[in-house]
Amino acid sequence: MATKAFQKIYTKITAITKATITLKADGVGYDELATVNGRLAQVVKMMRDDVTLQVFGGTDGIPTNAEVTFLGKSPTLKVSDQLAGRFFNAFGDPIDGGPAIEGSEVAIGGPSVNPVRRKQPSELIATGIAGIDLNNTLVSGQKIPFFADPDQPFNQVMANVALRAKADKIILGGMGLTNDDYLYFRNVFENAGALNRIISFVNTTENPPVERLLVPDMSLTAAEYFAVEKNENVLVLLTDMTLYADALSIVSNRMDQIPSKDSMPGSLYSDLAKIYEKAVQFPEGGSITIIAVTTLAGGDITHAIPDNTGYITEGQLFLRKDSDIGKVIVDPFRSLSRLKQLVAGKKTREDHPPVMNTAVRLFADAANAKTKMENGFDLSDYDERTLAFAKEYSNDLLAIDVNINTTEMLDKGWDLFGRHFTKDEVAIKQEMVDKYWPKA
Amino acid sequence: MSTKGIVRGIIANLVIVEADGPVSQNEICYLHTGGTKLMAEVIKVTGKDAYVQVFESTRGLKINDTVIFDGHMLEVTLGPGILSRNYDGLQNDLDKMDGVFLQRGDYTYPLDNDKLWDFKPLAKVGDSVQAASWLGEVDENGQPHKIMVPFVMEESYTVKTLVAAGQYRIHDTIAEVEDGQGKMHTITMVQKWPVKKAIKAYKEKPRPFKLLETGVRIIDTINPIVEGGTGFIPGPFGTGKTVLQHAISKQAEADIVIIAACGERANEVVEIFTEFPELDDPHTGRKLMERTTIIANTSNMPVASREASVYTAMTIGEYYRSQGLRVLLMADSTSRWAQALREMSNRLEELPGQDAFPMDLSAIIANFYARAGYVYLNSGDVGSITFIGTVSPAGGNLKEPVTESTKKAARCFYALQQSRADSKRYPAVNPIDSYSKYLEYPEFESYIQDRIGDGWIPMINEVKIILQRGLEVSEQINILGDDGVPVDYHVTFMKSEMIDFVILQQDAFDAIDMMTPIQRQEYMLNKVMDIVHTDFKFDSFTEVSVYFKRLINVMRQMNYSEFESDKFKNFEKELSDLIAERAVS
Repeated sequence: MATKAFQKIYTKITAITKATITLKADGVGYDELATVNGRLAQVVKMMRDDVTLQVFGGTDGIPTNAEVTFLGKSPTLKVSDQLAGRFFNAFGDPIDGGPAIEGSEVAIGGPSVNPVRRKQPSELIATGIAGIDLNNTLVSGQKIPFFADPDQPFNQVMANVALRAKADKIILGGMGLTNDDYLYFRNVFENAGALNRIISFVNTTENPPVERLLVPDMSLTAAEYFAVEKNENVLVLLTDMTLYADALSIVSNRMDQIPSKDSMPGSLYSDLAKIYEKAVQFPEGGSITIIAVTTLAGGDITHAIPDNTGYITEGQLFLRKDSDIGKVIVDPFRSLSRLKQLVAGKKTREDHPPVMNTAVRLFADAANAKTKMENGFDLSDYDERTLAFAKEYSNDLLAIDVNINTTEMLDKGWDLFGRHFTKDEVAIKQEMVDKYWPKA
Repeated sequence: MSTKGIVRGIIANLVIVEADGPVSQNEICYLHTGGTKLMAEVIKVTGKDAYVQVFESTRGLKINDTVIFDGHMLEVTLGPGILSRNYDGLQNDLDKMDGVFLQRGDYTYPLDNDKLWDFKPLAKVGDSVQAASWLGEVDENGQPHKIMVPFVMEESYTVKTLVAAGQYRIHDTIAEVEDGQGKMHTITMVQKWPVKKAIKAYKEKPRPFKLLETGVRIIDTINPIVEGGTGFIPGPFGTGKTVLQHAISKQAEADIVIIAACGERANEVVEIFTEFPELDDPHTGRKLMERTTIIANTSNMPVASREASVYTAMTIGEYYRSQGLRVLLMADSTSRWAQALREMSNRLEELPGQDAFPMDLSAIIANFYARAGYVYLNSGDVGSITFIGTVSPAGGNLKEPVTESTKKAARCFYALQQSRADSKRYPAVNPIDSYSKYLEYPEFESYIQDRIGDGWIPMINEVKIILQRGLEVSEQINILGDDGVPVDYHVTFMKSEMIDFVILQQDAFDAIDMMTPIQRQEYMLNKVMDIVHTDFKFDSFTEVSVYFKRLINVMRQMNYSEFESDKFKNFEKELSDLIAERAVS
């Protein structure tokens, strides 16, 4: 960031905390950027002539006579088609050794879409994974996170989904990504020959945590450029939003705010909503779809981060290891796509909703039978059949290594019903049963 | 001369303004920055400093920027043309805004200035009138929209002039009235009212007693809500709060539906925008959108106007109630409103209550719910606001402050249950923990006796006991095993499952099953209860569930068929044959 000649340089800092500095200055705008001995900082509080700045790189080694220069603007990103295929840090500066981007400079974290101008999402995003396409169908313009424990292969599944989803652009916003995971994404995209569709904004664990706060807004500003200006379908991957929220709590703590549940700032819901609500179907055809990762501590979804996320996003996807088949599956009970009814049975075959619901209900019966078995009770004939069904259902449909189209998924569903159950037990609307029940 | 001020401090959307004259609590002011005006509301005053919450982003706002105070509280504009509009939390007409993105400082007028309305006088010259007296009416989407003496006019007046029937614009003078001191006042079709104050221009607010049909069986049959009643729906995410709310707002027997989308997902509002103009009102045959007003302040829109949005919605509701209409007000979700209060309280550095919510949360919620109700107007007509709010309890824990405070204020409690949602038993309302206090009202009981019959409420109570018993038995079976309990236990359990599958569960996405009129609910409940009262013969427990699943399947097919159609009757015949197979006479 070059300093312009006429800008005033302040050199008298009155207070320093681990993440913020305070100084006396005038003519400063709220949210404005500044540099503090070359480190980027942003105005977070102004009281009379005291201005408090949040220093993204942390305040280690900042002296009270550090040079502070205000830049007269809030954080911005230069947008143009040159973004495609490039890797950036949280400030939008290239980290791949390539040239700087030329384009128009836009403030990040821009205004919200007028709700009456949004279009209802209606395009199915096919992933080939039945645990998603059959039970939790994704729709363009949707926002949905994976809720996963840190040991689960969420980044792999997300990379798969991204590549199969036929998006025009894929934007990766990496927050607190380990260097290994960053390289993993880079390799997968490169090997798939998709690098020219990918744009990445990456904050790795090697960078200061507060910098992460810029990553979602940077990613979504780039996404808005392609979705609004170019009418493209953009898929934004945000991993890991838990680390983003942790950074929020660090800042609010340093600013002496009263924490609410789980030491998170009281504004966590609004902070997360501002990001996720950028997912949208524009009337001109462009769309932004957000797939995020929220890592859990020991599967606890009542923690403030997953809890607030769940209220904002349109569903959530859970991964779980199924010990009966030894594979990772998409958990049908806890996963949910709230927009699935916009496409299920409409863009897919009419029997999609009943097949999906019935299979999950029978899978639940199997879970009960399993509990009975573990408690040493005799199993009824029905229990035995649900168990046999569950094993096949899990292996052939729920496992994350499945890659078939939805019609095949539905046929498989009827095949399983026909082999394990009677029509009464399935209790689906008669017309559907007449049409799709497998002929003996 | 209005009070002016200058900006002294900024912390996110809390701004400290030094004022040069008197300011009042909740007064509106505008912050002038870089050519735009940002609307704000005073929430605290100390000395010369007014603390204001800004309804917009404060990005770029500077110390020493000018502030102009407006001299009044946050108001809504009331008049014909509110129906089928989409407003933000401050009643700006969203459709009048340019561009895809919301621009800061873009305020649009909520009504149509130029539209001509067909006015018919209802009063006559010489009449004595007071606030909310009906002077005339216009036709608003097929509903009679009353033109009233403004609520702010607190005295008694005499009508001196009143225009003849004809076409008028909203700002045209409709009447002139004279007060006790001989002063004249002109009245147009438009008036304003501060949102935080309840409109009390009615004679009496009795206990509500009339069933409000929603077409949702688990509500109408099991825990009914009444016209002018209050209810709330708490539930963890993914348990179907919004689907249930949408079902109620589509089907309920109301004249006016106001939906406050308060801090929730934008796509859910888009769903209403997309569907309601297409869907028919089941009661009038017109489009649903024609009786609906949406206040959309979604989660990414400014936090402060989220708080305002529920008040805006309630005030519009009160306006229509004063016209003798039945208003249904839905707010999704009141937790987001409470969180907006928390964010501000936090920035004001107030001492926090539980979970960092403000100490007076409970009082604020109770006060708001109290604005709903069934009223006798001064004219003798009746009007009502039925209010149903959703609550999004943090971590699904119903012991959190918003749920607990709401429980004290609302009379119906529809608890959504994670385990019911997990097993796809929708609507996932827990039939045992939920309640409707109206079932205990003698006024309601006598109303139901006239409308349905003497046996109805005792039958509902019996249903609840069977469901409770079913739950107990299933726990025993889980402990002792299928063969560790008598066959009777299995029968009891399956009878409660039958009530669950046939009555409680309902398919919100099936064109027929989604809405069940009360006569059909009565018919099916009688059918189910006849089976409950029938003794069956079983040799072993394995036969029980197989048999009942067949009964359930046939009755579900009945639910999916048009009432009393041939198809329905065929399934009904199949059902009686099936019952005869095992019934012990």
